[in-house]
Amino acid sequence: MATGDIRAFGTGGPAGRRPVPSLEAPSPRYGEKAIRGLLALCALLSVLTTTAIVVSLLLPTLDFLAEVPIGEFLFGTTWAPTFTPADFGVLPILVGTLSTSLWGMLVAVPIGLASAIFLSEYASPRTRKVIKPVLEVLAGIPTVAIGIFGLIFLSPLIEPILPFMVKVPPFSAGIAGIAIGLMIVPIIASISDDSMRSVPQGLREAAYGLGATRMKVATRVVFPAAISGIIASLVLAGSRAVGETMIVLLVAGASPNLTFDPGSSVQTMTAFIGTTATGDISTGTITYDTIFAVGALLFAITLVLNLFAIRMVRKYREVYE
Amino acid sequence: MASLSGQPGSGRVRFATDGARAVTAEMLSEQPRRDLVKGTIFFALLLLALTVALVGLAAIIIQAAVNGAPAISPTLFTNGPSTINPSEAGFRPALIGTIYLILGVIVLVVPLGVGAAVYLEEYGDREKWWNRTIELNVQNLAGVPSIIYGILGLAFIVRGPLDLGFILAAGSLTLALLVLPTVILAAREAIRAVPPSIREGSLALGATQWQTIRRQVLPAAIPGVVTGVILAISRAIGETAPLLLVGAATFVTFNPTFLGDNGYSALPVLIFNYASRPQDEFRVLASAGVVVMLVVLLAMNSFAIWLRNRYEQQW
Repeated sequence: MATGDIRAFGTGGPAGRRPVPSLEAPSPRYGEKAIRGLLALCALLSVLTTTAIVVSLLLPTLDFLAEVPIGEFLFGTTWAPTFTPADFGVLPILVGTLSTSLWGMLVAVPIGLASAIFLSEYASPRTRKVIKPVLEVLAGIPTVAIGIFGLIFLSPLIEPILPFMVKVPPFSAGIAGIAIGLMIVPIIASISDDSMRSVPQGLREAAYGLGATRMKVATRVVFPAAISGIIASLVLAGSRAVGETMIVLLVAGASPNLTFDPGSSVQTMTAFIGTTATGDISTGTITYDTIFAVGALLFAITLVLNLFAIRMVRKYREVYE
Repeated sequence: MASLSGQPGSGRVRFATDGARAVTAEMLSEQPRRDLVKGTIFFALLLLALTVALVGLAAIIIQAAVNGAPAISPTLFTNGPSTINPSEAGFRPALIGTIYLILGVIVLVVPLGVGAAVYLEEYGDREKWWNRTIELNVQNLAGVPSIIYGILGLAFIVRGPLDLGFILAAGSLTLALLVLPTVILAAREAIRAVPPSIREGSLALGATQWQTIRRQVLPAAIPGVVTGVILAISRAIGETAPLLLVGAATFVTFNPTFLGDNGYSALPVLIFNYASRPQDEFRVLASAGVVVMLVVLLAMNSFAIWLRNRYEQQW
């Protein structure tokens, strides 16, 4: 601060003669403003990223739709984009994605929710303090590692026991689903546990006071009270399952079959992008544009799921925090 | 009981006693025993589910270790990949590639992520629509599938506006954009946990807003920020899908550089390639690669989570 200001505040004479002190900052502080601007730019980069994603998906998709009618793309039942003559019906790979995600959710939802209830309502603080971080660490296992586990361990293990699960060894939508389930269990368990623990203790005590058992408190009081957070965790997990690439590339195979059969080999949207975009395909070809059209569809699906989950999370934050 | 029934005159007391007796009787009858059985079964199921989850995830690590053990040797780190001779093949160029990729990610992501988080928490007025838009944007970006970032990298960084070509720097930039939202969200959480009284105290002593942030808020938020950064980096190390699209070629036999345009490789990409070969030797090699990757990642994640729990400050 400049010395002049200190005098203006500190050494005033009798009230009547004191000059009115300047309440403005002693300097314009251009540095502060520059820093603020720089930081705002950092934040703006996220908007730029989204814009770039949308633009880079949309332009080739429009090229694609100029050649393939949108009805044929969305409702066609044959997917053979690299063949001549080519077929661009996305349903087989869309169903492939839904199938692996569905089997994954079928594995992960009961296990994840039960783990969450255990951690939040039954585990002692000491147990919880050990298991929660372990789950968080395990959530960091790269999906390529989980895919390899599915391919060289789960698939040969399950094939002799349940042959209908692996019809084209070693590929199977169901095994891919189990591997995806392993990937998303920590997400469901961790977020659901957080949201159940944010339910006020008073609700539990009131239920106990009315003679409810521990199980009833968990299932009829805490679970419904935390439902928006729980739904958010499920939707986020679903979004991760839909967008997962490495597991399905390794375990689900590469044949676009329009089926929910867990034993069949399927190609998912992500697997199509992952296999087709690795080669040196040149820009401007229909194959190149197809990658972006499938990407745009995938982005749209996960966008809807993410926005829904974000809203649900906000809801439970509003209620109890 | 005895003392209550010893006061005959009062009707209300008798009423209460009868009620309590009825409840006690009910508690001792069949009904609660059934509840007890149901409760025990429920508890057993919960415990079983948690066990399945933990064992399933642990099995991934154990299986990789068992399967990859024969291939774990110094040549894994010193030799390059080979299609002909799996017993001599290793991961050296891919390991170096991953180290370069991650260095690039750290350099980009730490200032950008923390900067964005500081803006959103300390400067951005939440009443303004554009700040809320940025917030929603970051949350959504955190959930965009990684392969979409690969497409972004291919169309925008490798080709298109930036036109870098299939070089390591393009891969680094793609991974940085991928993990940036994670860093922003974690840093925001850490900054938000610093109580307002710290800021008010600093401002009241005459510090400017930036001085307050730099000397008070950020130092207090460091453990949380570091945790977020480590978790993001470990995610970047294991990411494979986007790298497939931005040119991480598999059989690069020389050590890559940042801008060299004759290709680069990354650990998870090479692991993926080895794993998708039908020969057993390559699968063993892939498992050994997974072990190397998991040791690094689990150590990093454990440190990050320990750090967060250790320094979780109660103000």
